[in-house]
Amino acid sequence: MTTSNHRGLTRRELLSRSLVAGGSFLVGSSWITSGSAAWAVEVTALKPETMATLVQMARDIYPHDRLRDEFYVVAVKGHDTAEQAPMVEEGIAALDGAARGKGHSGYLGVGWEADRVEILRAMEESAFFQTIRAGLVTGLYNQKEVWPLFGYEGESYSQGGYINRGFNDINWL
Amino acid sequence: MVAKYDLSDDSVVVIIGTGAGGGTLANELAQKGIKVVSLEAGGRYLPQDFINDEWESFGQLAWLDKRTTSGDWRVARDFSGLPAWIVKAVGGTTTHWAGASLRFQEHEWKTLTHYGRVDGANLLDWPIDAAEMEPWYALAETKMGVTRTGGRPGLPGNSNFLVLEKGAKSLGYQDVHTGNMAINSIEYDGRMSCQQTGFCFQGCKWGAKWSTAYTEIPLGEETGFLEVRERSHVARIEHDAQGKVTAVVYFDADGQEQRQAARIVAVAGNSIESPRLLLNSASSMFPDGLANSSGQVGRNYMRHVTGSVYGVFDKPVRMWRGTTMAGIVRDEARHDPARGFVGGFELETLSLGLPFMAAFLNPGAWGREFTSALDNYENMAGMWIVGEDMPQETNRITVNSDDVDQFGLPTPNVNFDDHPNDVAMRNYAYAKGAEIYRAVGATQAYPTPPYPSTHNLGTNRMSENPRDGVVNRWGQTHDIPNLFVSDGSQFTTGAAENPTLTIVALAIRQADHIAREMAAGTI
Repeated sequence: MTTSNHRGLTRRELLSRSLVAGGSFLVGSSWITSGSAAWAVEVTALKPETMATLVQMARDIYPHDRLRDEFYVVAVKGHDTAEQAPMVEEGIAALDGAARGKGHSGYLGVGWEADRVEILRAMEESAFFQTIRAGLVTGLYNQKEVWPLFGYEGESYSQGGYINRGFNDINWL
Repeated sequence: MVAKYDLSDDSVVVIIGTGAGGGTLANELAQKGIKVVSLEAGGRYLPQDFINDEWESFGQLAWLDKRTTSGDWRVARDFSGLPAWIVKAVGGTTTHWAGASLRFQEHEWKTLTHYGRVDGANLLDWPIDAAEMEPWYALAETKMGVTRTGGRPGLPGNSNFLVLEKGAKSLGYQDVHTGNMAINSIEYDGRMSCQQTGFCFQGCKWGAKWSTAYTEIPLGEETGFLEVRERSHVARIEHDAQGKVTAVVYFDADGQEQRQAARIVAVAGNSIESPRLLLNSASSMFPDGLANSSGQVGRNYMRHVTGSVYGVFDKPVRMWRGTTMAGIVRDEARHDPARGFVGGFELETLSLGLPFMAAFLNPGAWGREFTSALDNYENMAGMWIVGEDMPQETNRITVNSDDVDQFGLPTPNVNFDDHPNDVAMRNYAYAKGAEIYRAVGATQAYPTPPYPSTHNLGTNRMSENPRDGVVNRWGQTHDIPNLFVSDGSQFTTGAAENPTLTIVALAIRQADHIAREMAAGTI
């Protein structure tokens, strides 16, 4: 995971340095952090505000309330490259524009998930949306740290399989 | 001692592919003392190399060479470059298969006779029947150690099976059990028994599942008559002025073009690559491709009527634990047109890990409806529908004239439209699957669309009359006596059963025929 909660900054410093509070994120000059400052991620090619919006968009595409933001940050961090930045900046700008068209300050200013989803539905055929969504299928669900939160146990060979560990232990039938 | 043959040795049988058909044929011929060169496009991976991680394993084993798709099937929309989920490795798709080993039902050898003409379908009777195949099936079952045959016990049922069994029996289904599986329920043939590890699709790390990679291939090599050349991608088959095949041209592991002379060539590259190879071998004598005087090469592509049903319960099932496909309901496999379609289907247990569930549950879907399904992953049970699909002439493999692969060879296109019979069967099966799970308390049931095809069949079909198909009753091409087809592409029709057992039985029988004809000097 590329996030960290130290980088020499205390929570108070992180909060005091944040430029923008958008959604549940605090955005700095080259980083975003959670509102609790439990983690922060450095943003290199994208504008930090763009990354914050992208993370919210990722959660709105595949919303799992049991998953903390860090997992979504990791899932979209691969788009923070010089090569992809123009496409992402343009896409997020369109997302913000659509939100403003509905009277919001921007995508992160839309309070209800259903209202954000309505904005996303209108652009779901776009190459930008499809790139982000397709990337999330592996970017989010192939994180081994996510698996236990769904109960999924991954490989079992190293433990000798389930032959003595509950392959048929269903007890409610 | 592993054999090593000279490229100019024109006394060898060259087999293209090392999966269920090609791998079995190679060993069977080698056991008879016949010289064999097996050309395999993929590398060699053994149980210690297999990776129990879905995406990583996919990267290791899957055939990912460029392919295109067309037609109204949903795979063409969701996975346009991946029509099939099959394997490029020594052992072919027997590394990936789940082990279900079912014989065809008697009527399924003669569908035109039993079903009658079906509009838009190219039904045809096989030139062979259940009685003729019975001893070959028995040999295949013994070779593969199929459970519940030959006195071998069944596998124990995992939780996913117990859910299926209880639901199915409460609906009155009778023929419900843990399947006829080429996965050892007891130690057999020097291989250990199933450890209920899951990840059957990623290669069995215990070697409990039969795969030519570590059964037929090393057994053949031990005879000293079989040479396997891995990472050897065949480009074309050559012939002489008399129209007999003489050599196979391939790119070796270093990308160098090589030419192996041959007395006999057997094609076993699965139902996309095998017709592609025949089409790409077109010459002035055979301008439409080898063995294609019927025009049937590449046609009648079948993939089974598939689909999955995942049921969600209020308590955990943990379907990923244990043997993936050791559970079956066979009652619907019968032919009973009163249901609104011809042919039948099997229901078999299935599970995907979380990463593949996310990719395949409802490709392209997003939002809370989708994620609420995944949120219940631990409480899911899963089953797979495997039913007979209709052969259609327009469902076919063609080669793209304007698109080439890494070797400069025209890439294959897979065109597939569902037949109305396929759609009717799938919808009926979805409803039955949901009923089974609801009978044991499912709160949701998801009718999941077909995955990229693992059962690819029919593109070099077997026929009595050379006008109707590509190969005769021995898998020998009607047009070229020393050219054989040894994989599932020779299927005349697909039946409701997982095809591997039948491919293996046909390969054993074909080896017998080839040896006999070689001895008689007729080929």
